[in-house]
Formats: sequence, structure tokens, C-alpha cells
Amino acid sequence: MAPASSTTSMKVSFRVNGTPRELELDPRVTLLDALREHLHLTGAKKGCDHGQCGACTTIVNGARINACLSLAVMHAGDEITTIEGIGQPDALHPLQAAFIEHDGYQCGYCTPGQICSALAMLEEIDRAVPSHVQEDLLQKAGITEAEIRERMSGNICRCGAYANIVAAILEIAEGETA
Amino acid sequence: MTVHRSLPHESGPLHVTGTARYVDDVPLPPGALHLAFGLSDRARARITAMDLDAVRAAPGVVAVLTAADLPGANDVSPSPVPEPMLAEGEVFFHGQPLFLVVAESHLAARKAARLGKVSYEDLPALLTIDDGLAVDSLIEPPVEYLRGAPEPAIAAAAHVIEGTMEIGGQEHFYLEGQAAHAVPGEGDEILVLSSTQHPSEIQHKVAHALHVPFNAVRVEMRRMGGGFGGKESQGNALAVSCAVAARLTGRPCAMRYDRDDDMVITGKRHPFQVRYRAGVAADGRLEGIVFEQFCNCGWSNDLSLPVADRAMLHADNAYFLPHVRITSHRVKTNLCSFTAFRGFGGPQGLVGIERVMDHIAASLRLDPLSVRQANLYDREGPRTVTPYHMVVEDNVAPELIADLAVRADYAERRAGIAAFNAESRVLKRGIALTPVKFGISFTLTHLNQAGALVHVYTDGSVHLNHGGTEMGQGLHTKVAQVAAGVFGLPLGAVRITATDTGKVPNTSATAASSGSDLNGMAVKAACDTIADRLRDFAAERWQIDRDAIRFEGGEVVIGAERLRFAELVEAAYMARVQLSATGYYATPKVQWDRRAGRGRPFYYFAYGAAVTEVAIDTLTGEYRILRADILHDVGASLNPAIDIGQIEGAYVQGAGWLTTEELVWDGQGRLRTHAPSTYKIPCASDRPQVFNVALWDGRNREETIHRSKAVGEPPFMLGVSALMAISDAIAACGDGSRYVALDAPATPERVLRAVDAQRGIAW
Ligand code: FES
Ligand code: FES
Repeated sequence: MAPASSTTSMKVSFRVNGTPRELELDPRVTLLDALREHLHLTGAKKGCDHGQCGACTTIVNGARINACLSLAVMHAGDEITTIEGIGQPDALHPLQAAFIEHDGYQCGYCTPGQICSALAMLEEIDRAVPSHVQEDLLQKAGITEAEIRERMSGNICRCGAYANIVAAILEIAEGETA
Repeated sequence: MTVHRSLPHESGPLHVTGTARYVDDVPLPPGALHLAFGLSDRARARITAMDLDAVRAAPGVVAVLTAADLPGANDVSPSPVPEPMLAEGEVFFHGQPLFLVVAESHLAARKAARLGKVSYEDLPALLTIDDGLAVDSLIEPPVEYLRGAPEPAIAAAAHVIEGTMEIGGQEHFYLEGQAAHAVPGEGDEILVLSSTQHPSEIQHKVAHALHVPFNAVRVEMRRMGGGFGGKESQGNALAVSCAVAARLTGRPCAMRYDRDDDMVITGKRHPFQVRYRAGVAADGRLEGIVFEQFCNCGWSNDLSLPVADRAMLHADNAYFLPHVRITSHRVKTNLCSFTAFRGFGGPQGLVGIERVMDHIAASLRLDPLSVRQANLYDREGPRTVTPYHMVVEDNVAPELIADLAVRADYAERRAGIAAFNAESRVLKRGIALTPVKFGISFTLTHLNQAGALVHVYTDGSVHLNHGGTEMGQGLHTKVAQVAAGVFGLPLGAVRITATDTGKVPNTSATAASSGSDLNGMAVKAACDTIADRLRDFAAERWQIDRDAIRFEGGEVVIGAERLRFAELVEAAYMARVQLSATGYYATPKVQWDRRAGRGRPFYYFAYGAAVTEVAIDTLTGEYRILRADILHDVGASLNPAIDIGQIEGAYVQGAGWLTTEELVWDGQGRLRTHAPSTYKIPCASDRPQVFNVALWDGRNREETIHRSKAVGEPPFMLGVSALMAISDAIAACGDGSRYVALDAPATPERVLRAVDAQRGIAW
């Protein structure tokens, strides 16, 4: 039987949820597959594998990316945070608790991506990254429902739990600014 | 009480931490193999040769199977008419599975699947309803419901309107794609994990494919990442493939479709064409109506017959049709197999009559809401009989609509919008109120049954299983609330584990919105049995009247004494009282003759209404939903938070279907919208800017579980108000002499074309 792939593999090291990890990978393996299939961190989901649904959203060096659109070997030395690193059932992050409080899901498949995306999105507002709905591009955007809806539009929820997702995000955003 | 409360979803902490497992997250045993299908790239052809040498020789490939290599039935149909899993000499749609690749990795299987060399002799492909009708390609002869004498009534009416409406299909895009695992056991046994709404059907299909009795196959399903009907029959092929490959190789096998393959291979909502001719009195009331529904069934029967039936059964929506003929044509074409999707044909039937109401109002220059109100079923009397001769006994539509119109300021906003439109040339606004009346029960009467298995352990914890599947609708949470309520326990004391054909047998699909109605009742029956045994035991032990024993707050009140529930259970166990029970439920009252179109197909109806306001840009055809107000009837809600979530999500999905979600097949029958990049699914920014959802305050008049009503499907059709609001906005571009006649989905292109038509600009 022939091996599954004859391509040479590459070593890559990065930190995942604070733990150093070293993998030997085909250079074409995406970060998402590295997480799910090699590190068995299945919290990040594969909804489309084309950067179109947001289910795989993962935080790399503080910024959100679609892990399905990025090759794992490009992340040497990076600090990667997945949903598993944000909080666990006995020690929830406030945003995770807010999602439970507001029922910010139905089937739950988009939820890890929504939470990772939202955390990095709030950072973006903080860093004055502009958006399409912002009135004044030179000013830092306020944390409003319209801003959140616009900035979260890369995360599809096919169950349509948007009202509750936005409510959960708004709650912790207001808590932080208050 | 744990019912009628907004308790949080049972899997919440798992969902938010990424630890809730879906099929593809379950670790595979060592040595597992991965599967992929090789697909047809013709819509209709004879296969003259299939050279799979390159596939077999590809790295990592363990086996390649064609139809001839299958050990048992090559049939994954949910209907009595077979549907081959792998093509047998002919192909019927572009994307049909031809052969199955079994390989060491998912990627290796997918790569190898592209290497097949297939020669075809092309045959004429039927890609549209009209193509099918031209050659009389039907799945079964047309079905007709008739009440009264519609043609003479139309001829005698003051006005006659007629038209044709095209209604597009819809991709489910369950966020978790189709997936299955199979693990061979000892002897002929096999364990299948499948992301399915119908574990029993998976069990049957796998058993037929392996030539083993049903008892050799166990199917497990913990949760789906969305189903919406798309996992009622469309998971069969993956589960059967895994089982067959596992049997042939002796190794565990896994299969999941890549998203693009998923969208190409699997069935979708049926596209429809609805033709209507109606006679109308001067006040807008219907005198008689004739509907012809044309249902695009795709290449196989699948669930098309009951879908087309349900479209007929909702051709009236909430309106009394005095003289009516509804004819349904089930057209077979060479597209994917159109299948179940939330509403199951009901939405297409309902859109037809809503279009008629809109058309009447436009033609007679009446307010569309007053036309709708004038045509509603009465609460009692002669105007309560449906086209299929069932009497509507539980009609709350007139009050519900009147209530919503007030809550949403319909009349004032309508006047305000007219004033706005008079001033604004580029932006136009529109508003519409549309109702929903949706029949609850499977129209195949025997499916209206369910079973449950409940265990109480000696520590007082409860473990239960039922036949329903969790896909995000909150079924397990509601059912656990029912069980906790019987024993007076907190919700956390009740655990529901994976739906399992070895626990509860012979189940129906979790479909037709029936999940909590059926399974809630079955679980309650099982819990009541155990509670009764505990009561009998306590009555004897404490020498007290049975009625003086209550379960509440985690305790058992026995006259003046109070025990922890666990203490009573432990004592009952020591006294050899059985602490496990099954429960069963069959829906009463329903009976239905589908060919004759007579009987009582539904136990009851669920009602709702929505007001939607939109703004359109008449230069680009783009639009926004500005505001939606919903009032929806879920009876006495088992869990108001879950029900409101279902209503909001259903509205978003329903509005998506009728506005941005457009399926495009090219002239070769290739689906060109096979990813969310080209198929536009509503996102957070598309949701109505103002979104008010309220529950109608009422109990189900029928004896359902705690007098609640089903919620999964009915609110989907609230999205129809978005289409009608867009139609209203477009009408503001013209002088009213020409009806907008907007087809669905109302994409920006369609809207722009309709705007230009109103302004006399031809395309
Ligand atoms: S899986 Fe990465 S965006 Fe969809
Ligand atoms: S909760 Fe199902 S996709 Fe968002």
C-alpha cells in the first residue's frame, strides 16, 4: 500500500493556548486541520474550509483569522488561542458565560467561531480599526449594536441566533467599558 | 415546575467551550479509513465506460467500489421507490455519486476521487419544471383537491385575477456538513454514528446494504450542527458507505462531504411554480380559486410526494377558499434530489396564496391587510372548512393579526411610508403583514408515534432517551424539563444521552416540528409510570393516601414528612421497586386519505403573523429589512426563551429563502452556487435592525404536552412578510396600473428589474 502522501514534511513550532507545540506537517496542511486532526482540538469547526463561514475563527497573536485559510507552517513562533484556551466549563470567560445567559446559539456549531471572533473584534474596536458602518473613520468606533452586527458579519449562524449572539457580545462589551 | 420556564440549553457550557462533540469531532479508532465519492459531471447520460485504474493506483487508496461491488442493496431512498447510492449505468444529475473511494486519509480519498475516467453518452437533460412538463416527466399522476365548484364561481365574480409565480429552492447549509462513522463490531454487528434526523432509517438502510437484520445495526446520534430537514434522508449515503466499507475492510470508516460537494450532491428545498386564477368580490373577498402547483422534485422520489402534499395542504394558509381546486404536478427533472426542508412544502403552498392576496389588493387598490383580514377563516360557522374538508377548530388568526397590527403600529407606519415614498425618489419603503397557519402532524399518519426509555438511579439521578434528535431546536432541553417536572427535580438531575436505536426502537424522523410534541409525551408517560410506582411504594410504607405524596424541589413530600428524592429512590430500590420504564405516545384524532384529499391530517394548527418593513434602493435593487414585528402562537410555551430563539431564527431563514438565497444551475445542470461565497446566507448585519418578537398568550386547545405547540417550522413562513414588503416598496415606484408580480427569491437583480418595469424601463 502506498503512503497517503509522498510530499516532504516540515517542522513547525508555535504555542497553542499557552502550551508550546511542535508538529511535523505537510506544508499544505491548514492551521485548522493542524488543530483539529493533529492536536485534536476540535473546538474550531470546519463549516466551509474556504474562509466563507467563520466557523474556524481562531485567534493568532491577538487577531482573528479563518484557520482554514492559513497554512500551519506559516505560524512558526505564533501564539494561537482556540476556544479551548478561552475558558473551560468550570472556569468560563465572561463572554462564554454571556452566551449561556443569552442563549447565543441553537445547534452550537458556529459558537466557538463566534466567541473567538467577538473577542478579537472588541480588541479591533479598541485599536480603532474602522468598519463600514462607522460614521467617522478618524474616530474610534463606539461599541454599538450596529458596529457589532457589521463586524460579526463574517460569522454565519445558519440557525439565525444573531439577536442573542449580539446581545451576549453587547453585554460584556458594555461591562468592559463601564 | 421546570416547564414553562426559560431554562438554559442543556449543552450550553459545552457549546461555549468547544467541547460539545459532533460526529466529525469524535476521535476515530486507530486504523480508520476515510471515504469520498467520485461524482458525475453530466446531468443526464449513459455511462459507456468507467476506467478507475488511476483511482486505485492513487497514493493511500485501499479500495474503490462501484455499484457492482456492493454486498447488498444499492438503495438509499427514504421512500418505497429505490434510489441508487452509486450510479448503475446511467446518471441522472450533475454531481451524482458514481463510485466510492476508500483511503488512508480524507485528503487522499478526495484527491483519488478526481482521477476517474468516465465516458458518457449524453442524453437530453430536463433542468426546469417546464422541461419536465414538456415531456410529461412526472413522479406520479397529478393529485387534485376539490371543494365546491370553482370555475363557475370565478366566472360569476366581479373581478378575476390570474398569474404565475416562480419560487426558488433553498440550500440547507446546516453549518455542520453531512458526516458519518462506522465501526465494525463482533460477528455481523456494526455501530454507526451519523449526523442524522432519522437514526432508524439509517439503521434500516445500513441493514439492507449489509444483508443483516436490523438488530445487528446500532445507530447513535448525539447532536447535529443544524439539520433543517437536510439530514432527514440525505445522510443515508454516507452512513451506508461507511458501513459497507467497514464491512469489506474490517476497519472503522469515516466520511464527511467537503462543503462544495455537500452543496452539489445533497437535496435542497423544492423549487415551485404556482399558477393561480381567482374570482374576487368588490370587497376583496375570494369567490373561487384554482391553483396549479408544479413541484420540481429533482431526479428521485426522495420525500417529494409528502412535500408536494403539504404544499397543497397549505395553499389556503389562514384563508377560507369558498370554491377551490388545487392540482399538484410532481415533476421529475435532472437536478439534485429535492428533499425535506423546514416547512416541508408548506412554505411554497403558503407563498402562493399570499401572492394572491397581494395581487388582489393591488388590483382592487385595497389595503393588503384588510384584504387578508376579509379572507381569514371564521372562528366558527361555514367559513371554517379547509380545501381538504377538515374543520379549523382552533383559529386564533383574526385576534392575533389584530393584536399584532396594533403592537406594530401598522396603520400609522403605512401612512408614514406612503408620505416618505411621495417625497423620496431613490429610496422607497414598503411594509406588509402576513399570517401563518401551519398544520401539525406527519401527514403519513403512522409516523405520529414515539417512544422513550427512562431510568432512575439509586442516587436519584435520571437518565433518559427518546426517539427525537437534537439539532439545535432545544428538544432535549424541553424534554428534560418535562421529566424533571414529573419528579420535582432540578433540570441538572436529568441527563439525556445520544439518541440510540438500541435504546428506543422504530422511531420516526425528527421532523414535521413534532419532536417535543411526540417525544415529550412519551417521556412523560415513562416518568409517570415510575412516579406512580414510587407513590404506591411510599403510600404503603408511610401508610398514607397516595394523593398526599408530592414531588417538588428535589424532595418528596409524604404527608408531614419530607425526604430527599434520592432517599425515597434508595428505599424503593431496597424494597425491590422497578425504577426504569418505557413510555409511548401516539397522536390522537388524526386520519388522512392522501389521494382523496380528505380527512384530518393535522392534530392542530400553529399560528403567527409578522409585519416587516423594508427599504429598497431603486438604483441598485439592494434592500434592507428595517424592522420586523412578530406575534407567534406556541400554545403554553415549554420554554419561552427557546421558542423565541426558534422564531427569530426561522424568520431570518425564511426571509433569506425569499430574498438573497438564490440557487443557480447552468445550462449543463451544474450548480454554480456551491459555496457561501456565491450563495448568500443572511448574516448578523442582514437581520432586521429592529426585531420585536412576542409569544401569543394562549394554550393549545388539544391535549398536547403541557398544552404547548410545535415551533420548529411554522415561524419559517413569517419570512414571507419580507417578500411582500419588498413587493410593496417596488409598487411605490409605479402608478398602480401594473402588478409587481415579484418572483422569489427577490434578489437585488430581480428587484431592480421589477422597479424598472414599474417605471416603464424594459430590460
Ligand atoms: S471553515 Fe473556515 S471560514 Fe468556514
Ligand atoms: S447555532 Fe447553529 S449555526 Fe449558529
